Amino acid sequence: MSKPNDKTMLMQVQDLKVHFDIRPENAWPWVKPLTLKAVDGVSLEIFEGETLGIVGESGCGKSTLARALIGLLPAREGKVLWLGQDLTQFDKKAMRSKRQELQMIFQDPLASLNPRMNIGDIIAEPLETFYPHLSKQETKQKVQDMMTKVGLLPNLINRYPHEFSGGQCQRIGIARALILEPKLVICDEPVSALDVSIQAQVINLLMELQQEMGLSLVFIAHDLSVVRHISDRVLVMYLGNAMEIANANQLYTNPQHPYTKALMSAVPIPDPKIERNKQVELLLGDLPSPINPPSGCVFRTRCPQAMAKCADVVPELQALKGEAHRVSCHLI
Amino acid sequence: MSLLEVSNLNVVFDTPDGVVTAVKNLSFDIAAGETLGIVGESGSGKSQTAFAIMGLLASNGRVSGSVKFAGNELVGMSDQQLNRIRAEQVAMIFQDPMTSLNPYLKVGEQLMEVLIHHKGMDKASARAHSVRMLEAVKMPEASKRMNMYPHEFSGGMRQRVMIAMALLCDPQLLIADEPTTALDVTVQAQIMTLLDELKSEFNTAIMLITHDLGVVAGVCNNVMVMYAGQTMEFGSTEEIFYQPSHPYTGGLLESVPRLDTHSEVLAIIPGNPPNLLHLPAGCPFQDRCDLVQEECRVSMPQLQQFAGSRRRACHAAIEMVGAL
Repeated sequence: MSKPNDKTMLMQVQDLKVHFDIRPENAWPWVKPLTLKAVDGVSLEIFEGETLGIVGESGCGKSTLARALIGLLPAREGKVLWLGQDLTQFDKKAMRSKRQELQMIFQDPLASLNPRMNIGDIIAEPLETFYPHLSKQETKQKVQDMMTKVGLLPNLINRYPHEFSGGQCQRIGIARALILEPKLVICDEPVSALDVSIQAQVINLLMELQQEMGLSLVFIAHDLSVVRHISDRVLVMYLGNAMEIANANQLYTNPQHPYTKALMSAVPIPDPKIERNKQVELLLGDLPSPINPPSGCVFRTRCPQAMAKCADVVPELQALKGEAHRVSCHLI
Repeated sequence: MSLLEVSNLNVVFDTPDGVVTAVKNLSFDIAAGETLGIVGESGSGKSQTAFAIMGLLASNGRVSGSVKFAGNELVGMSDQQLNRIRAEQVAMIFQDPMTSLNPYLKVGEQLMEVLIHHKGMDKASARAHSVRMLEAVKMPEASKRMNMYPHEFSGGMRQRVMIAMALLCDPQLLIADEPTTALDVTVQAQIMTLLDELKSEFNTAIMLITHDLGVVAGVCNNVMVMYAGQTMEFGSTEEIFYQPSHPYTGGLLESVPRLDTHSEVLAIIPGNPPNLLHLPAGCPFQDRCDLVQEECRVSMPQLQQFAGSRRRACHAAIEMVGAL
């Protein structure tokens, strides 16, 4: 596959499916379980040094996809190629060795830190796992350097998570993820739990560290404004399927998929004149159940432009204007 | 006369660590049919203000000051009298619709209960009225939905039930505490459109508490910006967004990424919100403010009226804020 830019491809995901078997309550043991298709055939690439944003509403499978990328959830089908090696074929031990290159930052900053460890130990834990030969002094030095990098005072090394605010806890989470100098960091709603003024601080920090360390980021958020700000490319998901993937600016200035258009028009703009005069395309109804998704295009039940064809044929993710902008819709 | 007049409202909590002042010297009013947005970060006292007005504070909370609704003083009113005003004249919807509905009762029963209790309706007319209200909030298959339990509804549908319930008795004021924070943007757009339509239909005043400046820009007439339990600034939505007169408002507006523009680096407000247990002397925003002066560390600026009905609490000159 050719590259949209000259950067190296780190990860290539091919037709990834993550399904869960669900046994209805009170069902007889011999009844076949239902299948919840959380991610149903997503393909994407992640290049060195870029930020790939993933947006979509709750239940669209964005967190499941992220977890499957680093092997925290098993893939039912498809491949996750990391520098050419298929991660879905790795056993636990082999996967663990890869975790040094693949790290994650979680949504709830306080819940993702062990309340009974001080932050020095929390940040040092990955180091102790991967570099057991480091002396205590060396480890401490590395931890304190990292703390300075993420904007925490190094003399707070012996404090516990509950002594920090939400924004600071997220900095600790970032320090823990970055201390092994990973190549790819998956950020699952890293700023959703933070206040606006703190959110901006953490976003700026992530962008600075990305520049400095040459990181690739997968940035998941339901806040489209935040994703636009931080991402180079954006993937829009709906009910486990990729709807559209494009460069951030292209996607926001020229959305092609009816779902992307509706999603963007719903985002409130903090400017009274613009906000009051804009046209909102209200979507009707609710997200269908991923246990029993609509046939054909999954969005057709809420799509204002659905046609007869949409119920029968699943649209392919097709390239538009070269490789960079791809849309999965029969209208294109 | 304003519908709601809050003057010098204070809310304090006795905690094991000391007395926390959640709301300090708050004064504002809402006219009939008006939408007031209250903006602030977590801990700024916006929800506690709503709870204090509704008499719903936690048991360790104390209120002082005055809250007048249609001329009646709510502070110090007996629970029995308050119960009549709540729901009948002032209603509230909460952030998380699942925890505010009773999971054991069918949605219909919860709606009808309000009418039977407050309006003395019989079951049949209460049911008919409830169905009409569910239809007014655009609930599909309203009469079928009456027999369903809250867990059978999606988040957006639950919030519609809450709104229907709040509007059953035709209140003059609706307090909406982060009504769309737990919802997806497309559902948020549905709910905000609905609230706006209902407002013009029923002429209900709305006190909208939110941290989302985009939501405020869309529906509010006036905006009050709160920080550490105090009013930083008050004005019309246009004034607040286009000519903020307080450094905090300006910083807040700058630090929100916007979907319609692209900026390389986000402006930030440095530091963290202050601990309410140990508020500094003077202005609570002093440590994060670009315009901090000697005076700010000593005395809290008074909330002063200027340019008509606008109010601000800042020692720095307005021209300096505008130049930021």
